[in-house]
Amino acid sequence: MDAFIEQFFNLGVMAKAFPLLMRGLGMTLLICLAVIPLGFVGGLLVALARLSRSAMLRISVRILTDLFRALPPLVLLILVYSGLPFTGIRLSPFTAVCIAFFLNSSAYYGEVLRAGVESIGSGQWEAARSTGLSGRDTFLFVVLPQAVRNVLPDLVSNTIEVVKLTSIASVVSMTELLYSADMARSITFNASPVVLAGLIYLVLLWPAVRLASRLEHRVGT
Amino acid sequence: MERFVDTFFNASVIASTWPKILSGMLITVELALSVVVTGLAFGLFLALIRTAQIRLLNAAIVVFVDVLRALPPLVMVLIIYFGLPNVGLTLPSFAVLWLVLAAVLAAFAEEIFWAGILSVRRGQWDAARSTGLTFPDTLAFVVLPQTIRMVLPPLVNRTIAITKNTALGTVIGVPELLNQATTAVSFLSNATPLMLAAIGYLIIFVPVVLFGSWLEQRFAFRKA
Repeated sequence: MDAFIEQFFNLGVMAKAFPLLMRGLGMTLLICLAVIPLGFVGGLLVALARLSRSAMLRISVRILTDLFRALPPLVLLILVYSGLPFTGIRLSPFTAVCIAFFLNSSAYYGEVLRAGVESIGSGQWEAARSTGLSGRDTFLFVVLPQAVRNVLPDLVSNTIEVVKLTSIASVVSMTELLYSADMARSITFNASPVVLAGLIYLVLLWPAVRLASRLEHRVGT
Repeated sequence: MERFVDTFFNASVIASTWPKILSGMLITVELALSVVVTGLAFGLFLALIRTAQIRLLNAAIVVFVDVLRALPPLVMVLIIYFGLPNVGLTLPSFAVLWLVLAAVLAAFAEEIFWAGILSVRRGQWDAARSTGLTFPDTLAFVVLPQTIRMVLPPLVNRTIAITKNTALGTVIGVPELLNQATTAVSFLSNATPLMLAAIGYLIIFVPVVLFGSWLEQRFAFRKA
């Protein structure tokens, strides 16, 4: 038992690693700040394309979202980060993360938002258009707000997934939370820094998880 | 264009690496199936326990689910894979990945099953019980069949998203699809194995994604 605490909950090691992890957390938040809006806007475009009158656009976007939902995000990230340089395109890890996450999250946000938009009856469109609102204004100010409210639980849980997913940026050596923790682990031969990183993710995400779970159950009944 | 083909679809690289890629694909499928079967079974088991309404057990399940929903799988993989050997317990990397992903899937599946069970109306329970069915019979023959129908689409989508994480195995050296590809890439200085791996993942997961969307359309109930 002592060996277990020594290895996983070593307060001395945790205290030493803490400043490093805090810097890592800063980077994690920065990545989130970049990739969540990117994914959401991408998802909005995907949802719009799926509702478009052009069958070409609908079908090609449908195929793309299916492909990106079938591809593991880590594969996408490594493909962008280590595949592209062979063609002479060299990207910084941050740019690679942004591109890979954009492709992956747009597909997921897109599916959620599409379901939201489809849940709004055509009467809303017609009523809004008949008051003189343009098509764009109808979408932005009438349909979208209601759509977002209808799929709020899915949006929240999808965003939690994106935040958790930023941990794979460690694989392309971005010095985010998990990378810093794993560096501290390999220096100290002690898993406590990674446990501490886990605790930080918990503190960060537990409120969101509670919220998502409450929203889900409320909508279900 | 020629350079692109040479980099990403190099015929001689394909010829020399496809057996490795194929063996990685088999391990990915093996892992995926173990995760899906054990994760879903354990998730359903937890949801069933929750119907017994034992307060302490319920609280434990909620904590388990919340923690596994909030932690990135890669964090858990690293803690278990690098931490346990130092306390005298060495697990093969395949087992570590399987354990973590099955636990994560169980947590998400429990939530989905539980939400489904809750959404079956109280009257269904009352009616079934009043015909003389026992509690377990009511659960098994009246409530669960209605639940499964309702939860199938979200369950399939979630299962795909979690099972795709088998690619994380590459970080701890599970010789799965992505790992085989990255090893070959660094040997041959050519990106073709990565493309093969991507195609391999598409072959495995696109059918399941399509099945998921088909289920969604079939069981969708629209609000006005």
